[in-house]
Amino acid sequence: MTTVHDARPPAEAEQLHATRTGRAVGAGAFRPRQLLESLPTALRKLDPRHQLRNPVMFVVWGGSVVVTVSAILDPSVFAWSIALWLWFTVVFANLAEAVAEGRGQAQADALRSTRTDTVAHRIGPDELVEEVPATDLRVGDRVVVEAGQVIPGDGEIVEGIATVDESAITGESAPVVRESGGDFSSVTGGTTVLSDRIVVRITAKPGESFVDRMIALVEGAQRQKTPNEIALTILLSALTIVFLLAVVTLQPMAGYSGQLQSLVVLVALLVCLIPTTIGALLSAIGIAGMDRLVQRNVLATSGRAVEAAGDVSTLLLDKTGTITYGNRRATALHPLAGVRGADLAAAARRASLADSTPEGRSIVELVARNHGLPAEASAYEATAEFVPFSATTRMSGVNLDGRALRKGATSAVIAWLGPESATDTDRAGLEAISTAVAERGGTPLAVADGSRALGVVELSDVVKPGIAERFAELRTMGIKTVMITGDNPVTARAIAAESGVDDVLAEATPEDKLALIREEQASGRLVAMTGDGTNDAPALAQADVGVAMNSGTAAAKEAGNMVDLDSDPTKLIGVVEVGKQMLITRGALTTFSLANDLAKYFAILPAMFLAIFPQLAALNVMQLATPQSAILSAVIFNALVIVALIPLALRGVRFRPASSDRLLRRNLLVYGLGGVVVPFLGIFAIDLVVRLVPGIG
Amino acid sequence: MAGFAQVGVLLVLLAAAWRPLGDWMARVYTEERDWGVERLVYRVVRVDPRSEQRASTYTVAILAFSFAGIVLLYLLQRLQGLLPWSFDRGPVEAGVAFNTAISFVTNTNWQSYVPETSMGHAVQMTGLTVQNFVSAAVGMAVAVSLIRGFIRSRTDRLGNAWVDIVRGCTRILLPIAAVAAVALVATGVVMSLRSGVDVLGPDGRPSTIALAPTASQESIKELGTNGGGIFNANSAHPFENPNPLSNLFEIFLLLVIPVALTRTFGRMVSSMRQGVSLLAVMAVLWGGMLAVIWTAEATSPSFAGANMEGKEVRFGIPGSALFANSTTGTSTGAVNSLHDSFSAFGGGGAMLNMLFSEMTPGGVGTGLYSILIVAIVAVFLAGLMVGRTPEYLGKRLGRREVTCAVVVVLTMPALVLLGTGLAIALPSTADAMTNSGPHGLSEVLYAYASAANNNGSAFGGLTVTSGFFQTTLGVAMLLGRFLPIVAVLALAGLLARQTRVAPSTGTLSTGTPLFSVLVAGTVVLVAAITFLPALALSPLAEGLA
Repeated sequence: MTTVHDARPPAEAEQLHATRTGRAVGAGAFRPRQLLESLPTALRKLDPRHQLRNPVMFVVWGGSVVVTVSAILDPSVFAWSIALWLWFTVVFANLAEAVAEGRGQAQADALRSTRTDTVAHRIGPDELVEEVPATDLRVGDRVVVEAGQVIPGDGEIVEGIATVDESAITGESAPVVRESGGDFSSVTGGTTVLSDRIVVRITAKPGESFVDRMIALVEGAQRQKTPNEIALTILLSALTIVFLLAVVTLQPMAGYSGQLQSLVVLVALLVCLIPTTIGALLSAIGIAGMDRLVQRNVLATSGRAVEAAGDVSTLLLDKTGTITYGNRRATALHPLAGVRGADLAAAARRASLADSTPEGRSIVELVARNHGLPAEASAYEATAEFVPFSATTRMSGVNLDGRALRKGATSAVIAWLGPESATDTDRAGLEAISTAVAERGGTPLAVADGSRALGVVELSDVVKPGIAERFAELRTMGIKTVMITGDNPVTARAIAAESGVDDVLAEATPEDKLALIREEQASGRLVAMTGDGTNDAPALAQADVGVAMNSGTAAAKEAGNMVDLDSDPTKLIGVVEVGKQMLITRGALTTFSLANDLAKYFAILPAMFLAIFPQLAALNVMQLATPQSAILSAVIFNALVIVALIPLALRGVRFRPASSDRLLRRNLLVYGLGGVVVPFLGIFAIDLVVRLVPGIG
Repeated sequence: MAGFAQVGVLLVLLAAAWRPLGDWMARVYTEERDWGVERLVYRVVRVDPRSEQRASTYTVAILAFSFAGIVLLYLLQRLQGLLPWSFDRGPVEAGVAFNTAISFVTNTNWQSYVPETSMGHAVQMTGLTVQNFVSAAVGMAVAVSLIRGFIRSRTDRLGNAWVDIVRGCTRILLPIAAVAAVALVATGVVMSLRSGVDVLGPDGRPSTIALAPTASQESIKELGTNGGGIFNANSAHPFENPNPLSNLFEIFLLLVIPVALTRTFGRMVSSMRQGVSLLAVMAVLWGGMLAVIWTAEATSPSFAGANMEGKEVRFGIPGSALFANSTTGTSTGAVNSLHDSFSAFGGGGAMLNMLFSEMTPGGVGTGLYSILIVAIVAVFLAGLMVGRTPEYLGKRLGRREVTCAVVVVLTMPALVLLGTGLAIALPSTADAMTNSGPHGLSEVLYAYASAANNNGSAFGGLTVTSGFFQTTLGVAMLLGRFLPIVAVLALAGLLARQTRVAPSTGTLSTGTPLFSVLVAGTVVLVAAITFLPALALSPLAEGLA
């Protein structure tokens, strides 16, 4: 397959767009059908070698074997029921992992299709072009790619300019421009050149390209446990050891008390006590976290980076594109002395009607808003001849009925008017206003109607709506925002005050950025930043979370630990949320898992010793029918709760930006207290059914 | 009413001592200046007091000091015949000497001997009393090192173990113990080098009532949360604890340092809220368990309208419950009543205090580091729930930090469960027990809980003179003391090496009431899920019957 199109099903592409634009952390709809689809994979994972990776579930696996053997040796409805449900517990845990992995599969398949059969046109040592399979390319090879061809590997354009369709990896159908030199020179293997011809120098080894890495990531194939996941696994293993000891030493105590317990009952107790819920869902949570980033079109090179994102306490944000619109917008009109404001407005409007640049549109919008002039061109105005902006004239405008209306750089407009049209007063007036505007950080556009200078339109950076609220949220989450800008300190502070950013780095050089990151880190903060240029690379590498724009250079992408395929710097905030959500989900399910134990004790302990200590019936608060039904109900609850929590593990615990105290209080209440209460109700309900089974009830 | 008054007076005394003593201890462990007597000690043992040690060196120093202490104490007992004031009590039997040496060096002070017939005054004063001081000083040194781990950054130095041990003795334990000994004498505690007084019994037969240099050892026995009595009857003996006043004073002594250490902690980490939140956990659990024991004893009448069996009439139910709760909540193990005779829930409460891993408020130093470890585990789980990788007091809790904490948390349950399981599986154990059924199991469980937690109180009723018990309880005492110490010091080293993370509103705030609830909840939940099966077969089965 050499032609590339968006191979994703429409629903998925839609979801990509929704999550890219929407604020909510990507939910990723979970369909119950996925459980069935993943069942074969789940069964394959019953291999003990696979189970060994997860100490908690390995104990369950071993317990299932033991109970099955004793059920064969000494069959009873009870023993077989326990054996069956213990196996279900293992399968459910595998299912959680399989479903999480399966969700990345569709994306991986679509990506993989871009890789196969691509032919590269390599420039040989003798400057002759030869056809080779893309897989034969080595770092440093130069290849020619022409319109309609697929770029055979990751690389940098060394010659030419082209429009490229990157929808295969970004899901975005609008083509982008890539050219040699500068910050937009990198191209990704698997994307298609739509126009022109470029020469690309290959920068990635075969099998290690961007697409390869992405496939590995979304499939979870090369997933390594993250540091926090390892720490949690150690804690869970320790708890498992404690419970193992508690159950093993219970037998002699039970014997002393006069009632040795059967192996089946002891294993059932052990499995109910060890933290199976979190043990079963731990790896699914990690895979789903990566998946949520991919859904947001952010590609992390490791799970470690995602985890670090949750810890970030300082965000470095570029002003342009993140805090303000990159384009300058008209914010005020300044007529010359003796000129009516309405005249300036009318002329500025006409000069801009046919101008489709954001600046031009913003002028029309401004006069429509402030002067009530129509935003649409009338039939008469539509006959005007449009004079586009050019680098030599530095003006644009229209010719209407022989009248020339112009707007542009002040010096250019003054020169255009000439000494005969522009009086010294006009010239001085235009220059005075323009200087004042420039000092405020704005851009002045002089406006002239025919031979008459009218005044100046002030263009200034406009802070994106809602950004101040966003920063306030970040502040409650304990994250400090720093705006990075090349503007002078006065302008920078004005924008900072408007946007509510916490700090400003004005007239920033790459060295300044690097120094700032080091300083923040030295005081114990984790720093996240975005960047795209080659000179951002050192800072991206130094930052704890460095998100490189996909439009950026190969050096930037190599230095960062995440790549944003949409090249949208605001997404940094979303990345932080995904990281936090992953950690919260882990903590919440661990707490839930441990809190569950209390109810299971109340179910199983009286059941085990009712015969010798009838007084323990006081602990049977759930009024479970028989010892067998009590133990079986606890085991069934333990298994079913895993399935019930798979959607939560995949989706992540709901996260709203809030202070840590409020988050903790809420999560402790829901998962701590909930974890104590829910199993009492669950086991009680299951027992109502189980007691009907002959041989149990 | 008198009971409530005792609790009230005790709390007022503790509150009054908290600030000056806590602040003083913080100064002791941070100040540069050495006292003259200390400089003398450093010169004699050839230690440079200004040179700081790495975690590994600090650990080796603590272990070497303790093991040397075991050897010396063993030799001292074996050579008793050569010592003055031995009253022909002769060399202590090897097994007992060994067990006693471990017991006093580990701050357990479990007694498998009868002092009146086996230990002379010389061994008591130069052996056991010395260990009462230095084993307490070791506990404080380890706790202070852990605090230093939190407050230091990017260093591999934890302090100087020798300086910490010496200062703990010279500036904290010795001065307070000296004053307290005089106060105890004033309440009627004996202080004598005579072997005893000859009296004519009520039945007309002559007998000897043993005497000993009691007050000097009694004060450090409580102050250092040691608990080894100079008389076999321990604090139930009228010469050790003559009246309600001395009883209350002794309870105050055994609580005062563990309680004040929370202030020392708050002071050293420059945030008093951190210390107060841990104090709140200790206070709530101590108060809760006091209510359980008191109620259980007051409402399960054996005679005199309450459970007065095994209790001294001069202390009554409140004085006994208060003492029992405080001696098991600290790692003291002194007793003024027979815990074996407590009701099922009363005795179970005393046992649960130990199974909480001794932190309500725990032993001298050990209580603080134990509760800090639980706080670390609690922060690790709760920290995740606020969406950050967990950190406590600005230090990240990663894989290695959690491993150290987990070793501490695992040690005690493993020793208690394995010891009890093993003991109860042996047929010979049934012969060592006074009681059968659930109460018999309680006796065994209590013994291992007491040894593994370095408490040293005996439930009584279990004869532990057999080789099996001497060995396994000895091992439980050793591992229960030194495994956590090694892990805590390793943890302190890891923490000291880290850069301190700047706190923000996104960080889990510790030192809040919510945090106290969290830590207390973790203490109770961990003890409950670990020991519920065992407790169900002992105090629960007995009490619900």
